[in-house]
Amino acid sequence: MNRCSEKRATGSAIAPPPRGLPAWFEIPLGGILVEPGNAVEYRTGSWRTRRPIHDPTRCTSCMICWLYCPDDAIVVRDRKVVGIDTDHCKGCGICARECPVKGAMTMAEGGAY
Amino acid sequence: MPRLVGLTGDGAAAEAMRQIDPDVVAAYPITPQTEIVERFAEFVADGVVHTEFVAVESEHSAMSACCGSAAAGARTITCTSSQGLALMHEVLYIAAGNRLPIVLINVNRTLSAPLNIHCDHSDSMGSRDSGWIQLYCENVQEVYDTVIQAVRIAEHPEVFLPVMVNLDGFVLSHSVERLEVLDDDQVRGFVGPFRPAVDLLNLENPPALGALVPPEFHFEHKYAQWVAMDRARGVIAEVGREFGERFGRTYGLLDPYRLDDADLALVVLGSTAGTARVVVDDLRDRGIRAGMLRIRCFRPFPADEIAEALRGRKAVAIMDRAGTQGGEGGPVFGEVRAALYTRGVFLPVINYIYGLGGRDVPAASLARVFTHLGQVAEAGKVDRAVNYLDLRGWN
Repeated sequence: MNRCSEKRATGSAIAPPPRGLPAWFEIPLGGILVEPGNAVEYRTGSWRTRRPIHDPTRCTSCMICWLYCPDDAIVVRDRKVVGIDTDHCKGCGICARECPVKGAMTMAEGGAY
Repeated sequence: MPRLVGLTGDGAAAEAMRQIDPDVVAAYPITPQTEIVERFAEFVADGVVHTEFVAVESEHSAMSACCGSAAAGARTITCTSSQGLALMHEVLYIAAGNRLPIVLINVNRTLSAPLNIHCDHSDSMGSRDSGWIQLYCENVQEVYDTVIQAVRIAEHPEVFLPVMVNLDGFVLSHSVERLEVLDDDQVRGFVGPFRPAVDLLNLENPPALGALVPPEFHFEHKYAQWVAMDRARGVIAEVGREFGERFGRTYGLLDPYRLDDADLALVVLGSTAGTARVVVDDLRDRGIRAGMLRIRCFRPFPADEIAEALRGRKAVAIMDRAGTQGGEGGPVFGEVRAALYTRGVFLPVINYIYGLGGRDVPAASLARVFTHLGQVAEAGKVDRAVNYLDLRGWN
């Protein structure tokens, strides 16, 4: 197998590889990703300019926000919506828009929590 | 036992494909490639190959299907021409960038407009930057031999690039020529089993292919491709050498003919080289030191080898069976001249654009090119760089 290196070619604005970006010969052949699912390491949460605020006292865990979220950023535990994955939520506002319960999910200005 | 048979270029390509017995062929018909796929489809229908034949709805789909199949670890072959090659243009870059060792048999036919189904090199030249290895065949024997070698070249661990085997439309594709075909076992033994680098169906270590690559990385990916293209030069020569050792016909990057001591040289690709040999012989009989350099491997471009071969000539004519519509002369002219200049080989070089849209190239016409070359050699300089062979209204 002609894999140039086992080192992965991740490198996001948030978490670059420790020793700097890889050289051309350190990147796997054809740019294949040798670690399945490593997109989770790219913390797109830094892109937010608005953020969703989840109110667990009003939330009914209907799961509509979870269904609609394009980034799989609604955290569900034991059949309940418990919060937002702030590493990956991009602040698109679809969850707040689709939430059928008034006040359960609202958007606030600013990306940082 | 190898057999002597008479086959058209398309027939020979199909026969080579039958013996290679690829896992997948996804193709769409277009003149003059059609007979390759028709013939191969008969093999599939008759059960003499195990190939999964995918009849797609366009050439764009054909190459897309080929990318999918090659990425899944299937040995994949396809064929097209002209508009078909142009239609799959974006996917050619994808195949190369994803390092998929697809073999494409391209039957050279001009690109419209005007609509014309006959031979010139505008189709393959239009894809010369796509990252595909490009080999050009002179005769039907070479078509057959090169399709077989293409599999080995593409799948070589130092390469893993797709390979385009070019044969002149109608001139080779539809003309019956005598050739020797190998035994099925010999071909099978030569191509061997497919060991893919990209193997999406690998369940132990599942990879993903085709991810987005941001500006911080893109350049490094492209460079890795260039390195592979560069290494392909050695691999193409090595595979051609091995083919010769096993089967008696050796191939390389270039095919010089009576060039060593030639004063006047013609540089040419494809079937026209056959005519050039006859013209060279005739001139030699008349005491003129003529020679020919056929470029078999155009991508990667063997700049070192070409410059070395042409060094010492008094004048050289580069034949282009395609123009560049706005460049100075044709594509081969541009690249050969650059190779010479970079290496300090300064000799008079002229360009002849010829044979467009299947215009016949008789020996007498090539002889006239040599006459012009003689004048250039005599004067020691180029009178006119870009010339057009047998173009009415031009002189």
